Amino acid sequence: MTMHKPDELVRYKTPEEILGYAKDFPAEVEIRGRLTESTIREISKVKKEPEWMLRLRLKSLELFNKLPMPNWLQGIEMLDLDAMSHYVKPDIEMSSSWDDIPKDIREYYEKIGIPELEAKVLHGLSAQYESETIYHKMKKSLEDKGVVMIPMEEAVQKYPDIMRRYFLRIFPPSDHKFAALHGALWSGGVFVYVPKGVRVEAPIEAFFLIGREMESQFEHTLLIADENSYIYFIEGCTAPMFKTFSFHDGMVELYAHKGAHIRFTTFQNWSKHVINFNNKRAIAEENARVDWVEGSIGSMLTYVYPSTVLRGRNSSSRSVVFTLAKGPYIKDSGSKMIHIGENTKSRIVNKTISMDGGINIYRGVIRIPYGAKNATSNVECESLILDDKSFAYTYPHNQIEEPTASVSHEATTLRLTEDQIFYLLSRGLDEDDAKNLLIMGFLDELFIEVPFEVANILKKVLEIEFEKLGGVG
Amino acid sequence: MLEVKNLHVTVEDKEILKGVDLKVDLGKLVVVMGPNAGGKSTLAYTIMGREGYEVTEGDIIFNGESILELDTDERARLGLFLAVQEPPPLPGVKGSLLIPAVIKRRRNLPMDNKLMDIKILREVRPKLDSVGLDSSYMGREVNVGFSGGEKKRFELFQALAYDPKVVILDEPDSGLDVDGVKLVARLLDEMRNSGKGVLLITHNPRLLHFVEPDEVNVLIDGKIVKRGGMEVAEFVEKYGYEKVVSG
Repeated sequence: MTMHKPDELVRYKTPEEILGYAKDFPAEVEIRGRLTESTIREISKVKKEPEWMLRLRLKSLELFNKLPMPNWLQGIEMLDLDAMSHYVKPDIEMSSSWDDIPKDIREYYEKIGIPELEAKVLHGLSAQYESETIYHKMKKSLEDKGVVMIPMEEAVQKYPDIMRRYFLRIFPPSDHKFAALHGALWSGGVFVYVPKGVRVEAPIEAFFLIGREMESQFEHTLLIADENSYIYFIEGCTAPMFKTFSFHDGMVELYAHKGAHIRFTTFQNWSKHVINFNNKRAIAEENARVDWVEGSIGSMLTYVYPSTVLRGRNSSSRSVVFTLAKGPYIKDSGSKMIHIGENTKSRIVNKTISMDGGINIYRGVIRIPYGAKNATSNVECESLILDDKSFAYTYPHNQIEEPTASVSHEATTLRLTEDQIFYLLSRGLDEDDAKNLLIMGFLDELFIEVPFEVANILKKVLEIEFEKLGGVG
Repeated sequence: MLEVKNLHVTVEDKEILKGVDLKVDLGKLVVVMGPNAGGKSTLAYTIMGREGYEVTEGDIIFNGESILELDTDERARLGLFLAVQEPPPLPGVKGSLLIPAVIKRRRNLPMDNKLMDIKILREVRPKLDSVGLDSSYMGREVNVGFSGGEKKRFELFQALAYDPKVVILDEPDSGLDVDGVKLVARLLDEMRNSGKGVLLITHNPRLLHFVEPDEVNVLIDGKIVKRGGMEVAEFVEKYGYEKVVSG
């Protein structure tokens, strides 16, 4: 593919600045109030789902009611699900032309530069507003290669056998309370299938926007890469400002068959009025590879833990997570690697920046049970703390039973020192330059690991986030 | 060019400089020598306007105007450069990132012009050679894992690359072997000959065997106690700093 000048592609600001306050837009269907079996039946009915899906939802609801609230989640107590909208179908007909999307809503996406990005870089785009996909398009060249990319609801109707084999199988709702909640209320998201040996080099993107307050969004992404295929998938999300807040509890399931390679990149820039819960898990078969990249900038609270089950021998996975906690917000993140196969390899790079009272928490898990011979894993956690009001905590958790396994963990906490700042000022850089340089230096490794376009978007966003730094010192 | 007048400086409520007068003209090499803790680094930091170095009396004139009200970076952009004694490591910040950023800022060029970086890097390359570092150093994180000697060389390289009017060097020779010291001396001489003012701060007279300073000052306990030519340095080398005061 051709490379484009990044500055032309995206002119990022904070979502608050770009999108302002939420606009009123009518819903065709809105289901809110106490969460009961009839809530679930109603959603399933609106979606005209087959019986098996309804049963799966009801089973998930049952699990949700049974499972305890994870006691380590901070700040989640403000969430009163019974006061939320569980499902909002906007009054928009899904289309593959932006011209069909109502102006008010189209403007949201245009301001973020999504249609432009699509035109220049993407080979497929699925855009979700509230609970439903409103725009969906894939390039013909991919269709010709047999790549399937369709809204999840359509996949449920069209490919029930595939769905029943994978959907909520990679990430079972029994795992924890919010996975169960997702299973009960999921709506929207995309299904992607890459046939054997096919390579999707240019990225496909799914973009999620929450447009109203006191709403929950539960999109579900399922991506199956068949043997020796390759796909590069990006997901992005944002929201305007709300007077109260909204809730996101999405799920991503990835399946990399023998020799397949999946690159999955998330770029999260919710407004400060979104509580963001993510459920991300991949399974890697023999010789397969899964690369997660998570750039988490916005939101009020974020919980995100990309995980890979290295099932097949010689499979590998890498997870690069960057979180920025700027202001009185919390980012709770971490990667999990479960080594089952022999000679499996994993690598975790976790970088956090805490400033203006922000808190970053890392929780990682490395599990290597008996039999995962010669599994290796290395973990690097680096926290940069910019002031005395901000914090970073690291809670690594290793469960290693296999004697031939090799695991390394490195954790470092850095602070910008007066020495460094003076040094750079005495060269002639101003204070903004100096701090930017040190912060970008801290993130340098991250930019190398992240695909080109994403790195540039990330840099742009960070420059905006950091541009007012100078006034602080 | 650079003139320090009756400079009194307090650091953490303690007076360190007690009325220092000093002048560095273009094309001159001026030495300030003295024992440790005599105020040499304080003088350098104060000229650069480092936070915490409070001028209670006196003035610093650069190019005919007082620079006391200017911030460190503004002074640097006017044409002052300090090669610090202990350059801090900058993890993740490669030379190829730092050098073009500084030069763009100094020349008032747009910071986001990445194409300019390549041009600048090409332009400064011979200066890297002249301090005895190969181009791989531009790809390394600045001062990270550098030996003492490498740090000094990289500071000298920057002194050349940024093309300041007056270069202040705080102990540029410490930790260097004889060849290193000779290199520093040669570069200082070149800077002077190219019309720059050079203010060399050192506690070890060794370096002075290889350069011919235009002026030697001895700074002890916050005051210049002796000023003269090379004979001052020779005196110090022979009899030590105590004798400068008593004799």
